[in-house]
Amino acid sequence: SCAGPVESKTEAAMSELVPEPRQKPVVPTKPMGINTSLLGYIGIDTIIEQMRKKTMKTGFDFNIMVVGQSGLGKSTLVNTLFKSQVSRKSSGWNREEKIPKTVEIKAIGHVIEEGGVKMKLTVIDTPGFGDQINNENCWEPIEKYINEQYEKFLKEEVNIARKKRIPDTRVHCCLYFISPTGHSLRPLDLEFMKHLSKVVNIIPVIAKADTMTLEEKTEFKQRVRKELEVNGIEFYPQKEFDEDLEDKTENDKIRQESMPFAVVGSDKEYQVNGKRVLGRKTPWGIIEVENLTHCEFALLRDFVIRTHLQDLKEVTHNIHYETYRAKRLNDNGGLPPMTVETEENHESNL
Amino acid sequence: QQPTQFTNPETPGYVGFANLPNQVHRKSVKKGFEFTLMVVGESGLGKSTLINSLFLTDLYPERIIPGAADKIERTVQIEASTVEIEERGVKLRLTVVDTPGYGDAINCRDCFKTIIAYIDEQFERYLHDESGLNRRHIIDNRVHCCFYFISPFGHGLKPLDVEFMKAIHNKVNIVPVIAKADTLSLKERERLKKRILDEIEEHGIKIYHLPDAESDEDEDFKEQTRLLKASIPFCVVGSNQLIEAKGKKVRGRLYPWGVVEVENPEHNDFLKLRTMLITHMQDLQEVTQDLHYENFRSERLKRGGRLKIEDEEVNKDQILLEKEAEVR
Repeated sequence: SCAGPVESKTEAAMSELVPEPRQKPVVPTKPMGINTSLLGYIGIDTIIEQMRKKTMKTGFDFNIMVVGQSGLGKSTLVNTLFKSQVSRKSSGWNREEKIPKTVEIKAIGHVIEEGGVKMKLTVIDTPGFGDQINNENCWEPIEKYINEQYEKFLKEEVNIARKKRIPDTRVHCCLYFISPTGHSLRPLDLEFMKHLSKVVNIIPVIAKADTMTLEEKTEFKQRVRKELEVNGIEFYPQKEFDEDLEDKTENDKIRQESMPFAVVGSDKEYQVNGKRVLGRKTPWGIIEVENLTHCEFALLRDFVIRTHLQDLKEVTHNIHYETYRAKRLNDNGGLPPMTVETEENHESNL
Repeated sequence: QQPTQFTNPETPGYVGFANLPNQVHRKSVKKGFEFTLMVVGESGLGKSTLINSLFLTDLYPERIIPGAADKIERTVQIEASTVEIEERGVKLRLTVVDTPGYGDAINCRDCFKTIIAYIDEQFERYLHDESGLNRRHIIDNRVHCCFYFISPFGHGLKPLDVEFMKAIHNKVNIVPVIAKADTLSLKERERLKKRILDEIEEHGIKIYHLPDAESDEDEDFKEQTRLLKASIPFCVVGSNQLIEAKGKKVRGRLYPWGVVEVENPEHNDFLKLRTMLITHMQDLQEVTQDLHYENFRSERLKRGGRLKIEDEEVNKDQILLEKEAEVR
């Protein structure tokens, strides 16, 4: 049952080999002439193992962007997500830095390894976003950066002498931090998400959620979800990209109940009930980051890393990137010069 | 206040004016106090909850919180609500001036125009009344104190905070407040407070300074004043919900990991803020009258414009100013 999906993916993923494809429900095939169970085992399923080994050897890229006003805990959360010091604040940038006068884009790369699998993680930070008195169009530098990465990839793709593995700097996931006011979204939040949800996967996140009681949290999440819906903002996982019923049910639950995730981040450990846990210590108790009754960090982590990491990359590649590419090819002579042959090849793929 | 000595009025040398403070006290109690408090800060920083907690009231019963799309077109509004509070025979007529819409827009350039205009308007009205014929019932609507709410989520002051405070520090007493303090650990609070104080000094912002305790006050009061001064800006938590904690009912916020008590000095500075406000209400009014209002008045009179000249004194001032201008 895995033969089908593998073929379609080799065509699409030109940058790297795809690690094990998602498990699809078994489609009953027409009974074949040969009864395979009688003749024995073929071994097609070992392909998964081979692909897994290949992925482990080559590793993979993941680029995550964090956007939000300063002080919402973006750097801390990213460090907590990847259990390493990978954020801007840990890379020698002074945490007590002044608020920059314009929006800056800072990309920091790290290679982290787990269970033999190497991940080249790039965290793209956007200091200065939403901090100014006049925040008009402060999303433009971010949109520009995202499109620049698509352009870089496109240029490499249409090159005559292509690299075997095109370096992927495209933004796979953008965590947008919502301030936990408990009231509603801010006008800036709406504007940003409206513009950027069309070019990148946006995952809205409610920052510093330890500021709200359970009721306040539920109410706020409901209100935010409603506002996003009313304003036509499609955050990841987008409804239109659900591939089958299984995806739809799973994603519906996430979209309608869990998101936006109300998170708390921390890179400090404390002793609770004999265990070392990541948390925040206050005079009235210790907030445990990975405790689901305290906050939804674990849900966000599982969502982004353990279940939907690959899908984030696929949607970026198959949808956002393709949209950008189609637009560029339609613009007059947008692409750098190349032989006519190559151009025709590409057009036939469209 | 010293207990009155009821010495025999027949004793030689006894004049009797030691009883004056009592008379003043009695008159003020009868008259009641008026106080106008302005509250400024972005939406969602806990302003309304804190005001309700401070004065044990519900100032905003019919409140509808607007969504982001509605906020896009909105400008800053000024909403004043008045409430009469009585405690042990003492009446307080409290006016809370709210400024919804502040800091919400994408471009906040014009955020403070409305607010400054309001403050000036109250000064103008008072100036007009003061120079008028009938001065028996002047209503004092001048803003005596402005609680400026700083976000507990940030790393210190934002550009908007700095600009706004600089624009009003010569017009009103600014008390910086950090609400929703339960979002911060004790260390984070100290760090934030220090950062804010450093930035206030760096930018030359003049916030309200509590006067030092007089040398004839008792040690407890002096110590209390010292503590209050050291805690600015106050990190507070507001709530009017009663939660069961350690066997008794307290005002607080219930979290899965514990209960934050509003009136527990180890949890936040709420009691300090309340003490400061109550014990210094008089001083706040005085500073408004003697400093901010006088500044406004002299500026205003210098500028000229129509003012009914009833008083000999005002005439003299005018002539003096004109003479000064000539010399210059």
